[in-house]
Amino acid sequence: MRKRSLLSTAAAYPHIVWMVLFIVAPLLFVLYYAFTDPSGAFTLENVTALGSHKTTFVLSIALSVIATFLCFIIGYPLAWIISRADPGRQRIYMMLIMLPMWTNLLIRTYSMMAIMDDGGFLNGILAALHLGKVHLIGTKGAVLFGMVYDFLPYMVLPIYTVMNKIDPRLTEAASDLGAGGWRVLTKVTMPLSMSGVVSGITMVFVPSISTFYISQKLGGGSFELIGDTIERQFQNETTYNVGAMISLVMMVLILISLAVMNKFSDESEEILP
Amino acid sequence: MKTLSKIYLWLILALLYIPIIVLIVFSFNKSGGTGGFTGFSLYWYRELFRNAEAFSALKNTLILALAAACLSTVIGTAAAVGLEKMKSRHVKQVILSTTNVPMMNPDIVTGISMMLLFVFVGGMLGMTEKLNFFTLLIAHVTFCLPYVLLSVRPRLRQLDRALPEAAKDLGCTPVGSFFRVELPNIFGGVMSGFVMAFTLSLDDFVISYFTTGSSYQTLPLLIYSMTKKEVKPDIYALSTLIVAAVLLLLILSNVLGGRERSKK
Repeated sequence: MRKRSLLSTAAAYPHIVWMVLFIVAPLLFVLYYAFTDPSGAFTLENVTALGSHKTTFVLSIALSVIATFLCFIIGYPLAWIISRADPGRQRIYMMLIMLPMWTNLLIRTYSMMAIMDDGGFLNGILAALHLGKVHLIGTKGAVLFGMVYDFLPYMVLPIYTVMNKIDPRLTEAASDLGAGGWRVLTKVTMPLSMSGVVSGITMVFVPSISTFYISQKLGGGSFELIGDTIERQFQNETTYNVGAMISLVMMVLILISLAVMNKFSDESEEILP
Repeated sequence: MKTLSKIYLWLILALLYIPIIVLIVFSFNKSGGTGGFTGFSLYWYRELFRNAEAFSALKNTLILALAAACLSTVIGTAAAVGLEKMKSRHVKQVILSTTNVPMMNPDIVTGISMMLLFVFVGGMLGMTEKLNFFTLLIAHVTFCLPYVLLSVRPRLRQLDRALPEAAKDLGCTPVGSFFRVELPNIFGGVMSGFVMAFTLSLDDFVISYFTTGSSYQTLPLLIYSMTKKEVKPDIYALSTLIVAAVLLLLILSNVLGGRERSKK
């Protein structure tokens, strides 16, 4: 009996080996590189090198927090509206929301550039209307717009999924007991959809804080985000170590914010019966 | 209220699609930029089709996606079966959490972490080309695995445990029972895991960017290198073709999915 159970769990062994080799080991390498110099000797120099990237970190965190917030503000009502449409329509709306998600991020970002470029679509229209020109590429607003545009579906999808699972009898009961539309939304739907909001926030925040393509294209190289800094360090073998340290710090930052958020959402769920 | 929410919904949808529509329209533009439409032309498509690089990138992308999807589906399905039979909950949880690391971690960190491993090991082995097709394949299988497990495990848990037991009592070996009893019952999950892995691999740019060498270029990497140079509408043409392919696949899978549902 014992032998048989060992034999069947053996099916998982290739996966376990793969995981150790290609998930755990690479992360240990990040750690190793972060605390060594190019010759392989232990050093804390990379930690002090972080000081010169402080403004990049602050800017990245600020932009990704704002982008996540905007996605929530835009995406939550959207998910709510879709979840209240009739079922046949819901499928179509969700497909329309998800189609851009299946289009490559590079293409979506590039299409934004075609619109916002100095000689682009928007300026073409403005010129035709004799309204002068707007310079958008290279501004922080353009990067922010790109993040919201690229990642909005990631916010809508999980919130919609959770809302769709809410028992309609709960909202009906609330309105039967005299709650208005707004009260039903804030007292019933919102608390019950918190888990969707949390995964939506995660799915927008993580790619926003680590992006380098959006800032490269829409930022026009006029400022750097963490992703750009990391990407630049890995162009050249002598700066791998600093790059590893910056990646490590970003990873820890994300882990801490996810842990805080999960704790927060657990607490809000405990309030509910 | 009803009309207000309708307006809001369609406004957001319009905003989501305007850039893509602009891109498609201007891929047929006679002149270069996106400032104004000067006339219909297929010039940029002809230019694209003359580009041998684009065709080899397309071929590379499909080969890689197929290989990564097959490998991750086999390893992931086996892992799901093995995990199901594992006694210790604690061990199972550790394995599952570790598997999900590439799903939670930013792509750039997953990419550079694997690149550091490959470069280090390649350096120790004295390889001249440390990053190549195989490092790219390893990376893709790694980020596909959590999604395969995610779609196979629920099906496996729904499976009546008495079925494989009965097969074994009737003299079936564990392997035989897997192919005759378990696999047919979880096949839908295995297939959706495969499709998921395939599309994720097709779409990936960031992880590929760090784990491939100069010898193996995929479509997203080609788009990236094209957008690094001056803006030329052949990228619009390429993107239009990709969007059309995605749309076609989505419609196809929806029609097929709809037929499946109505059969049941």
